[in-house]
Amino acid sequence: MRAPLLRLDGLTKAYPGVVANDDVSFEIGEGQMHALLGENGAGKSTLVKMIYGLVKPDKGRMHLHGKPFAPAKPSEARRNGVAMVFQHFSLFDALDVAENVALGMENPPPLRDLAQRIRDVSEEYGLPLDPARLVGELSAGERQRVEIVRCLLQDPKLLIMDEPTSVLTPQEVDILFLTLRKLSAEGTAILYISHKLEEIRALCDEATILRGGRKVATCDPREKSARELAELMVGQVLTPPERPAKPKGDVVLQVDNLSLASNNPFGTSLKNVSFTLRKGEVLGIAGVAGNGQDELLLMLSGELPAPSVRVQLKGKPVGHLGPNGRRLLGLVAAPEERLGHAAAPDMSLTANALLSASRRKGLAKHGFIDWRKTESFARDIIARFDVRTPGPHVLARALSGGNLQKFVIGREIELDPDVIIVNQPTWGVDAAAAATIRQALLDLAGKGAGVLVISQDLDELLEISDSFAALNEGRLTDTRPAKGLSVEDIGLMMGGAGDMHVAHEASA
Amino acid sequence: MIRLEKRKEPSKFWRIANPFLAVVLTMLAGAVMFAMLGKDPVVAIRLIFFDPIFSDTFGSYSRPQLLIKSAPLILIAVGLAVGFKANIWNIGAEGQYIMGALFGAGVALAFFPAPGWYIFPLMVLAGAFGGFLWAMIPAILKTRFNTNEILVSLLLVYVAEKILAAMALGVMRNPDIAGFPGSRDLRRYEAAHNAELFANTGIHWGVVAALIAVIFAYVMMTRHMLGFHVQLAGQAPRAARFAGVSPARLVVICLGISGALAGLAGMFEVSGPGGQVRIEFATGYGFTAIIVAFLGRLNPIGIVLAGLLLGLTYIGGELGQMILQLPGAAIQVFQGMLLFFLLALDFQTNYRLRLSKGVRT
Repeated sequence: MRAPLLRLDGLTKAYPGVVANDDVSFEIGEGQMHALLGENGAGKSTLVKMIYGLVKPDKGRMHLHGKPFAPAKPSEARRNGVAMVFQHFSLFDALDVAENVALGMENPPPLRDLAQRIRDVSEEYGLPLDPARLVGELSAGERQRVEIVRCLLQDPKLLIMDEPTSVLTPQEVDILFLTLRKLSAEGTAILYISHKLEEIRALCDEATILRGGRKVATCDPREKSARELAELMVGQVLTPPERPAKPKGDVVLQVDNLSLASNNPFGTSLKNVSFTLRKGEVLGIAGVAGNGQDELLLMLSGELPAPSVRVQLKGKPVGHLGPNGRRLLGLVAAPEERLGHAAAPDMSLTANALLSASRRKGLAKHGFIDWRKTESFARDIIARFDVRTPGPHVLARALSGGNLQKFVIGREIELDPDVIIVNQPTWGVDAAAAATIRQALLDLAGKGAGVLVISQDLDELLEISDSFAALNEGRLTDTRPAKGLSVEDIGLMMGGAGDMHVAHEASA
Repeated sequence: MIRLEKRKEPSKFWRIANPFLAVVLTMLAGAVMFAMLGKDPVVAIRLIFFDPIFSDTFGSYSRPQLLIKSAPLILIAVGLAVGFKANIWNIGAEGQYIMGALFGAGVALAFFPAPGWYIFPLMVLAGAFGGFLWAMIPAILKTRFNTNEILVSLLLVYVAEKILAAMALGVMRNPDIAGFPGSRDLRRYEAAHNAELFANTGIHWGVVAALIAVIFAYVMMTRHMLGFHVQLAGQAPRAARFAGVSPARLVVICLGISGALAGLAGMFEVSGPGGQVRIEFATGYGFTAIIVAFLGRLNPIGIVLAGLLLGLTYIGGELGQMILQLPGAAIQVFQGMLLFFLLALDFQTNYRLRLSKGVRT
C-alpha cells in the first residue's frame, strides 16, 4: 500500500431538498489512479468541488499528507498541489494558448518564458501544443490539452479529471491514458471521474462508487466486470433496449453533397456532406464534439437554410424551408441543448409544448392559441413519456435534465414524424431516462420513421443504430452497417488521433 | 456580513409590489428634495399627486387633463413594451411621435380649408405611417447591417426635432400670420380637429385609440402566436429560432408596431391638445413612455395604471410651478427617480439579501 495522499472522512454536503454527499470517506494514495464512479446526480461533482475548494462541506474532514486540509477557495487548493481539469473548458476562443494558460495562473511568468515552459511540459508528457495558436482554432482534444498543461505547470500532487474522455476519439483516449500513466509513475495521484466503465477498468487501480450521494463500494475495478460495476452504480439490473428486426424501406431523407458555412465564427462548416436515411432505419452519426454536429442539426432542422435541392424529404426539395415548413412535411428535430434551444427555461411545459408543435398539432387557429388543447397535449407527453413533474404549469428549468429531455424528445415523437433528428439524446441523463429515450426512438423507427441520432456516446450509437457514419471536421464518412463495427473501426472513422500519434512515438 | 443570494425563481410578490414601493420611495425622496428647496414637503406632494384629482379648486381643470396627458403615454408605452419583451429596444419613440404628428398635420394642411369626413381618418393613417416609417430606419439598418437599434432610434429623435423645427419655420408655417413660427391651428379646422368627444372629460380619439391598443396588445401577448414568439425571442432566442421565428422579421414587426403607435400619439396630439406644428411641440412623451412601460411591467394593464400616474405627475408639476413656484425640472427629477427606484428595487426580484454571521474560519 502506497503512502496516503488525501484522506476524506465523512464528507457531507446538503443543498436545499437534496443531500449531494452523505458521509463519504475514502483514501487516495500517492501516485494512485483512483476512479470516482457514479451516475449523473450521484454526487461526484460536489465531492470533487469540495476537494478543489469550490464548495465547503457541511460536515466531515479532509487530510492532505496527514495534515488537515480545508481549502476555502481553488487557489488555496492549487497551492497545496491539487489541480483540476473540468469537463467544460474555461478557455477564451479569441486568445492564444499561452495567454489562456497565463490567465489561469496566480503569478504568470512573462509570456515568452511561459511559452517555452508550455513547449517543455507538452513534449515531456506527449501532449503536443503550439503556445502561439488561437484557442478558437483548436479541436476539443487540443483544448483539453491546454487545460491539462495548465495544471501540469503547477506541478500537482493530485490531478482531478472530470469526464475527460467525453470529447476525445478512442485513439486520443489512448494517448491521454499514456500521459496519465506517466504522471502516475512519477508520483502524481489522479482522481478520475467517469461513468465509462471499460475506461476505468483499463486505467485505474482503485475505484470508489457513489450512488445517491453515498459511497456504495470501494473496489479494484480490474477485478470486477463492467456489468457488475454498472449494477453497483445504478443499483438495479439493467436491460438493454429491444429492437424488432425490419426490412429496409424507401428513402425518406436525402442529403446530397452539401457544403454549408457555420453561423458561428468558431463553428465548423459542413463540407460535401451526403447521406440517405430510409424508413425504419436508425442512422447513428458519431464524432468528437465540435466537428460539425451542431451545424448538421441546424441544417437538418431548418434553422440554417441550405440550397433547396441538396436536402430532400420524401423526394421533395426542402433545403430552403425553415423549421415550421419542414415540420409540416414530417421532419422534426431535438437539438442537443435542452434549456435555451429545445425548450425555453422560463416558460411552462405547456408553453414549451406549443413551441414546436403549434402547426403540426393544430394548437393555434389563425394564429390564436388554443391554450386548453395545448395543455392537454403537454399532459399527454408527460403521461406517455413518464416525465416526473407536478404538472404542465411547471417551468422547464425546474425539471431535471433527464425529465426535461424525456419531455423534449417526447414532444417531437408525439408529432408523429416521418423523420426525426436528435443530437445527444441522452447527454447528462440518468440511466433509467436514457433507456426510456432510446427505447422510444427505436419504437418510432419500428413504426416506420427514419431516425437520425447524432451522439458522442459510442456505446449508445452501437446499441441503437442500424447504420453508422462519423463527422470529422465537417466531413461525413460513408455510411456503413453498424453490425460488425469495432470501436477501433469507429475511432478511425472519427479521424483517429491525427497528429497526436507522433508525440508519443517520438518520445517513446 | 450581508450576502446576495440568487433566487431560484424570480419572486412574484416583489414583481408586483416593487412598482408601488417605487412610487412611495419617490414621494419620500421628493419630499426631502422639496424641503431642501424650502417648500413645505407635505403641501408639495399633495399638490402633485392628489390635488389634480381631488382638489375643488383645480379639479375641474385638471381632471380632464389627466386623460389628455396619459393617453399618448399609454399609446406609446404599449407599443414599446411589445418590443422590450422581445429584447428589441426602441428608445426613439419621441422621434416617431414627432414624425407621426408631421405626417398627420401634413395631410390636414394639404386639404385646408376643404371640408370632408375622410380627412381625419386619412390623418390617422398618415400619422401611423409616419411613425412606422421613422422606426423602419433603425429596423432595416439592424437587419441589414446589424447596427444597434438603441443608438440609431435615439439619434433619430434629434434628426426628427430638426425636421420639426424646419417644418414649423418653413413649409408648414401659417401663411396668414406673418412673422410667427408655427402652423395653422388645426383646432380651428373642423375636418382635422381631434376634438373632445364628451365635454369636459378629456376624452378625444387618442384616448379611444389608447384603449383599443391596450386591448389588442393584451390579446396578442396572451392568446396569439405572435405574442408567444415575441416572448420566446426575448427569453430564449435560440429556442425562438428553433420554433421557426425569424429574428429579422420580429425586429421589423416590433419596431413597426411601436413606431406606428408613437406616430398615432403624435398625430392625435397635434390635431387636438397640441393644436399646431410648433418648434416646442414635443414635450418628452416618447421618453416618459419608456418609464411607463417599465413601471407597468411591460403588461398592458400595468401600463394603463403607470400611464395614469405619470400623466398625473405632468399635471401636478404644472400646478406646482404655478402655485409653489417649483422649478419645472422638478417633475423630470420625479420621473427619473421613479425609474431609478424601480430598477434598484427590482434587484430583489432576482436576489435575496441574507444577513449571515461570519462563520468562515
